[in-house]
Amino acid sequence: MSRMLKFKIKRQDSKDAAPYWEDFTVPYKSNSNVISCLMDIQANPVNSKGEKVSPVVWDCSCLEEVCGSCTMVINGQVRQSCSALVDKLEEPIRLEPMTKFPVVRDLAVDRSRMFDALKKVQAWVPADGYHDLGPGERISPEHQHVAYKLSECMTCGCCVEACPQYSKNNDFLGAAAMNQARLFIMHPTGKNLRNERLNVLMQKGGISDCGNAQNCVEACPKSIPLTESIADLGKQVSKQFWNNLFSS
Amino acid sequence: MADQRVIVIGGGLAGLAATMKIAELGTKVLLISFQPVKRSHSVCAQGGINGAVNIKGEGDSPEIHFYDTVKGGDFLANQPLCKDMCYHAPFVIYLLDRLGVPFNRTPEGNLDFRRFGGTLHHRTAFAGATTGQQLLYALDEQVRRFETQGLVEKMEWHEYLGAVLDSEGRCVGATINNLRTGEIRAERGDAVILATGGPGLVYGRSTNSMVCTGTATTSAYLQGAKYGNAEFIQIHPSAIPGRDKLRLMSESARGEGGRVWVPKNPGDERKPRDVPEDERFYFLEEKYPRFGNLVPRDVGAREIYDICINQKLGVHGEMKVYLDLTHKSREFLDDRLGGILEIYEKFTGVDPREEPMEIFPAVHYSMGGIWTDYESTDDGFINHQSPRNQMTSIPGLYAAGEADYQYHGANRLGANSLLSCIYTGLMMGPGVNNYLKNLPEAASQLPSSVFENDEKRWKERFSDISSMKGSENPYALHSELAEAMISNVLIVRENDKLQSTLDVIEDIESRWKDIECVDTQDWSNPVPSFVNQLWNMIQLSKIITMGALKRDEFRGSHYKPEFDLNQPDDFDPADYLEYEEQKANGGVHKDQFAPSHVDYMERFEKNNEDWLKSSIATYNNGKPAVDFESVDTSLIAPRPRKYD
Ligand SMILES: Cc1cc2nc3c(=O)[nH]c(=O)nc-3n(C[C@H](O)[C@H](O)[C@H](O)COP(=O)(O)OP(=O)(O)OC[C@H]3O[C@@H](n4cnc5c(N)ncnc54)[C@H](O)[C@@H]3O)c2cc1C
Repeated sequence: MSRMLKFKIKRQDSKDAAPYWEDFTVPYKSNSNVISCLMDIQANPVNSKGEKVSPVVWDCSCLEEVCGSCTMVINGQVRQSCSALVDKLEEPIRLEPMTKFPVVRDLAVDRSRMFDALKKVQAWVPADGYHDLGPGERISPEHQHVAYKLSECMTCGCCVEACPQYSKNNDFLGAAAMNQARLFIMHPTGKNLRNERLNVLMQKGGISDCGNAQNCVEACPKSIPLTESIADLGKQVSKQFWNNLFSS
Repeated sequence: MADQRVIVIGGGLAGLAATMKIAELGTKVLLISFQPVKRSHSVCAQGGINGAVNIKGEGDSPEIHFYDTVKGGDFLANQPLCKDMCYHAPFVIYLLDRLGVPFNRTPEGNLDFRRFGGTLHHRTAFAGATTGQQLLYALDEQVRRFETQGLVEKMEWHEYLGAVLDSEGRCVGATINNLRTGEIRAERGDAVILATGGPGLVYGRSTNSMVCTGTATTSAYLQGAKYGNAEFIQIHPSAIPGRDKLRLMSESARGEGGRVWVPKNPGDERKPRDVPEDERFYFLEEKYPRFGNLVPRDVGAREIYDICINQKLGVHGEMKVYLDLTHKSREFLDDRLGGILEIYEKFTGVDPREEPMEIFPAVHYSMGGIWTDYESTDDGFINHQSPRNQMTSIPGLYAAGEADYQYHGANRLGANSLLSCIYTGLMMGPGVNNYLKNLPEAASQLPSSVFENDEKRWKERFSDISSMKGSENPYALHSELAEAMISNVLIVRENDKLQSTLDVIEDIESRWKDIECVDTQDWSNPVPSFVNQLWNMIQLSKIITMGALKRDEFRGSHYKPEFDLNQPDDFDPADYLEYEEQKANGGVHKDQFAPSHVDYMERFEKNNEDWLKSSIATYNNGKPAVDFESVDTSLIAPRPRKYD
């Protein structure tokens, strides 16, 4: 018989339903990743006991680690499932939804909190309009290198899943949003909202909620220097704090 | 007028650009998307965005960009739109720069530009090798700003099912499926814009994201909108083989100096680095000394097919060739191509900085799409105030981005799609706004009966699908459809195979009725929606195949060897312009041209008379029909393409 791959998948039928584990076996094919195996289950939704079940629900889109959709916890580690090649995974392969977000169904979770955090830190350039105003400012290649790296964040949620401070019961902004705050403060015109952003970071859920565990930077699939961003903001926030004190 | 709003379906580059422009004009927008818009397929774009800024002092200009675009598309594109787009391209890039896109820079701090296919100029602005992601983020951020101001409302995890039409056939809203709760509801909108991207999934595995099913545009076609040039599907020369997806290796790898080759000896089993220089066949460079590895995609894909299938020189005897960057320094590669080289390394386990990559052609982009209108000015540009711009053949229903059929003709040039998406989204804003102003009555004032009928129709459709208890698994059936399309409607097309593919599609269509809806839950169940999308993919694959069958010629990405005009090797396209001029002035001096050239030019001319037309698919009484419509070639006279 051809080789079979074993999967243990943590499933949950709806938001409030109790989670349960279900086992699947999938024929081994070379060059498989976790997603291609989930697709095989879709095309033949039968569990290891031979029972017909509903296909596993998960999010995915680009399958090349730029959209941030397919994050899950694989063998205990949070990561993108598209780049999780089965040849490099120990069996049985355990798939679980992220724990810091409400489960929608099976492996799909609701990450709207991360997008809301981007609103709070005003992660945008306050442009005057979309008509022709010529090019932006000149920027050195060195500056571009730093900004580009920060800008690769795909809101996948790995950093906050790995963070001991981020929980369903608090309103910590998390590393991803703080990194965006730094990115826009660095920008020649994005910085015009600097004070507003720093004031948000000064509040509850802001910079002081970071416990400096440094898990975020380890977990980031894009190797974004998140701790550096947080440290940089930390300095700016303290300065702002004193400025606010003296100007009020 | 009473409360008005525009519904934008899709938050890729086109949808976001339209949303922010319309919101800037003060009109409310309801933005609807399958997924959080920040995860839209546009993030996949790697290489860059074109605009003739001439930063390198090469004498580049929007006019040359316009010419390259039209020639790249084998003259099938309506030219005023192309012209307006190319002339606005520098502005689009500057705007993106202002919005914070971290474009790569020159030492002086200017925007840097690289080379791409189908041009001899450095015209492509880029942010590392994740340009699409960076552009999408900049627009997403602007839209989020409008969201906090209350001008934009987002409904993510919602699916567009169809347009709501009033008794006169005008679009007054959209029926939307909540992908979490399964609730189906009609939303009122004074205009609806479909910015829903391309249909790569019709071919199963492609370079596209998993949501690119083309379902929204196909639904519009099934409701009566015209669909243009369906048969023109771009096959990208360089993708990475994969089981779930064919990941792209961007043209920018060649733009930055990557060389394509195969060993001269078939079946050479040595490691690529052990094959000495004189035993390598750099077939693109040899055949196309001017454009080399940067020939347009249709040409590149065909040459790779020829090398692997006809000449049997593919790597390991398979449909694969080497793409080699190993002569470039690590530092250079990481700076300019980091993102895509990491993808290659992650998914194949091979470091492309050390070993040549193995690549092959894959389905990538649809030049065809929903037919859209425009209004040109006397000097060949577009009147940006016209409500006709980007309107489909259904009044009030608009389309933009990869979803429409304009701009790229028979073959798109690399890095012109990001441009067309953003340009279109911005350009159409004022016209859509004017359309709203001129309406006799706001959608919010219409009687609810207009919307209830559609709601009811779609609810019934979904409840029928949910209770399907047949024997076919929808995902497996989708694979079969894809297999048929990949086998016969790809790079090389032959009429007998196209005909038999139509039979296969019909068979799959009848088996669709025997599907089992494999998930019966009410909550967050993706299956009924997929089953409906599969139906649409079947309908779309029909018109792609029918268009291909009907079009008996070779143009751009549509290659039928049987109808190849076999351009003589020593032919100069300038001769054709001379020939046309002589003809217009009373008669051709045939003795001035080689007889084989005269013969070729006569055939070329005749072929254009017959086929330089857009194919237009329409759906009437449950049946597809394909017809043809003229193309506006008033600005650049059509002529034979040549890249060597
Ligand atoms: C791998 C890759 C690399 C590329 N690189 C380049 C490049 O370097 N340069 C270039 O110019 N072009 C490139 N392209 C092409 C370019 O990326 C796409 O053509 C372009 O991004 C399409 O943008 P869009 O806005 O039209 O659609 P998309 O970005 O596909 O967005 C479509 C939107 O519609 C939504 N949607 C679709 N259907 C529905 C529905 N029924 N209901 C609700 N929402 C729906 C989706 O959720 C999404 O938000 C590349 C393409 C690929 C695949």
